[in-house]
Amino acid sequence: MTNQTESIVGRGNKDGAMLFRKWFQELTDFAEAGTPGAYVFVMGSLTELLRTFDFPIVFPEINSLQTAVRRAADDYLNEAEDYGYSPDICGYVKADVTTQLRKGKLPMGRIPKPGVAVYTNACNTYIKWAEIWERMHGIDSFCLDVPGTRYEGGATWHGDPVFENDRKFVEAQLRELIPVCEKASGKKFDIDRLRETMRHANTMSRAWKRIIELNQATPSLFNALSDGTIFLGVANGLRGTEAGAQYFEDLVEEMEYKAANGIGTLTDEQYRLVFVGVPCYPIFRRFTELFTDWGGTFVNSTYLWFASGGSNIGYEYDLDNPIESLAEGLLINVRDAMDSMFFPTEMLSNMIDDFQVDGVVYHPIKSCRTTSTGMADNRRALMEKRDVPSLFIESDMMDKRVVSEAQMKNRVDAFFEGLASRKSKVAV
Amino acid sequence: MKVETFPEWRDKGIDEVLYECRELLEDVEFPTANRWREAGGKILGHFQVYFPEEIAHAAGMLPFKMRGFPVEAVQSDSRFGSYLCSILKTNLEVALSGKLDLDMFVTHPICDAARNLAGVFGRNFDYPCEILYLPQNANSSHAVEYLRGEYERLKLRIESVVGHVVDDAELLNSVSVYNENRALIRELYAIRKDTPWSITVNDAYALLAVGGMIPREEHNGLLRHALPLIRGRDIKRQDKVRVVFEGGFCEQPPLDLIRTIGRSCYVVDDDLLIGLRWIVEDVPTEGDILFNLAESYVERSAHSPVQHDLRKPKEEMLKERVESAGAEAVIVTAAKMCEPGLEEQVAYVRWLDREGLPYFVSEFEENMTSFDHMEIQLETFVENLLFE
Repeated sequence: MTNQTESIVGRGNKDGAMLFRKWFQELTDFAEAGTPGAYVFVMGSLTELLRTFDFPIVFPEINSLQTAVRRAADDYLNEAEDYGYSPDICGYVKADVTTQLRKGKLPMGRIPKPGVAVYTNACNTYIKWAEIWERMHGIDSFCLDVPGTRYEGGATWHGDPVFENDRKFVEAQLRELIPVCEKASGKKFDIDRLRETMRHANTMSRAWKRIIELNQATPSLFNALSDGTIFLGVANGLRGTEAGAQYFEDLVEEMEYKAANGIGTLTDEQYRLVFVGVPCYPIFRRFTELFTDWGGTFVNSTYLWFASGGSNIGYEYDLDNPIESLAEGLLINVRDAMDSMFFPTEMLSNMIDDFQVDGVVYHPIKSCRTTSTGMADNRRALMEKRDVPSLFIESDMMDKRVVSEAQMKNRVDAFFEGLASRKSKVAV
Repeated sequence: MKVETFPEWRDKGIDEVLYECRELLEDVEFPTANRWREAGGKILGHFQVYFPEEIAHAAGMLPFKMRGFPVEAVQSDSRFGSYLCSILKTNLEVALSGKLDLDMFVTHPICDAARNLAGVFGRNFDYPCEILYLPQNANSSHAVEYLRGEYERLKLRIESVVGHVVDDAELLNSVSVYNENRALIRELYAIRKDTPWSITVNDAYALLAVGGMIPREEHNGLLRHALPLIRGRDIKRQDKVRVVFEGGFCEQPPLDLIRTIGRSCYVVDDDLLIGLRWIVEDVPTEGDILFNLAESYVERSAHSPVQHDLRKPKEEMLKERVESAGAEAVIVTAAKMCEPGLEEQVAYVRWLDREGLPYFVSEFEENMTSFDHMEIQLETFVENLLFE
């Protein structure tokens, strides 16, 4: 291995973990100092705007999934259920309820209490979740309504009255949000600071789109499930910052280097897969290994799309018209994130071609009806359209009680046996 | 279109009228939809909670409330995963089985599961299947204007289904029909508050719910006939606790469960099928009708766990419902796997604890068939209140 290879390959994972730790340490410092944070979600976080008011940015979804990855989720879920929440609701919400009851304490540190909550309707649970904070903390919450695509293939664009009606609504709400942020932060809105954060977001979106495209390479350059989750952490937590933009530019460099030198994420890539849904965080490493042990790697996922708030499409803001452009970008990005959950058939079909996919893995989870409700029917429709094998395994992203590892392994093994048989038949 | 879809109640006494309503409600052959269709009419099926039926009505369609049905999910079960509420499955089942033949289907972003239905239905049927994006930020000063635009979009889609343009006079007529219907439903609920012994909760529910299955002019005729007869009934008041039932905004409890509750309590208000009485006053009939409908949705409306409006804190709304109905206790329910309902339960229960108001917590499923256990628990709850 050359010195260049050593310094570039793996840099994204290492730097991503470092940035993530640094971000969380900052949140802990803010919490200790009593500085309230802006609570946001990954689909339409609006960090570009919120950063201009110097809010510490808190992503409760990311905090909750971290409790699962660190195998502390059970404790958090149990406490929220003791408080009154049903086993049948979102595990992220319950882990956060316990976090709030514990005054922000998490295995990784501490988060500030909310000073304001800003969320879109990309997930309805966001709305109910923020209502919990309204009650617990008496804070202002702002639901920024982003109308989605009305029917499969029905996305509208410039010049269409439906698009213009939606865009105007989003822009009006953004203008109403600014005074809410001014009040919560005690700071005046500065449009030049907004331009700066939007410029960093542009760099990140451009790079994110390029990184996903680069994974069309054979062998694939990163695993969308494991490596992709690290990238997503930075894409959300540091969106609108110089450090985040620089990270993604470096990541493009790493992926282009790997592509040019034929360096794959696996030493022996056998099967190229697509992942649909949210990962199984309670057994995150093992879950990935169920596939990589067979030489299977995830070349893309719907998670990389919706959990980046739709920034995978590479929308870039017009910095000469920041508010108008932020509204349009929010509409287009969040709409795309929703489309990848509600109307994914065509997208997945295209992905099968573009990424030379051998199989599609659907992972519906108990916790998340947004991503899971339509999966079985989407699988049926995709299988009618395309001759590609698929796997349907149910578990959860938080609750280990509904994760049956042995049963899951049996299903995954049988899926790969089928893929192997299919491959050998094609070879003959 | 002039076709009577539900003539069975005509020229009958109130007991028989209510019997016919109960029968229609549980008839999964959907005779009213079939009669409408046989006469050449088109049907728009809409998911819970609220849909501006006036627009479909003005186009000459039958707006049909997809409230979930007492059927087994034979074909639809394979279209969904586990951990989902029943109403998704039974609504798709009646469409897949051909029992309910639609020309258009509309769902709403009321919850994470429901908003998926535009995709699920769209992949299974050739007719238009879509989401009506009712505003989730009711507090934006632009919400009404946005919704007016969304209603215009819906109107155009409906016009493409029926093949003709809907004019202002048709819209105005429909709003007038629905204004009368809203007034009659308010009267039904007033009877339940004033003299709850005049009509059982299950009969009142059936009388209300058939409105989602027949043209609204017919429902108006039915209510105009039934309400005076109910007021004139000579039924002895019983020693029952006055309760509010909360948790029926989307999936509906089975009629037998409602009947079971009515055996122990006078249910003096509820949120059952709240979408049918979402708009609480007349929609203005002057000016731009679509704007008036949109403004009424935002400004003159009830509450539910699936609408976020900072002006309507849920606990305050429940308090208002309890106080205005003179209720002594609350039954706080949620449909199984209903995330908004289950989340709201926590807020309600904690508020009820703080207020010291008695409450009974339960979950239900539209297809449950055994009520013995719940009945015993409810009777115990009621006896505790009566003999306290």
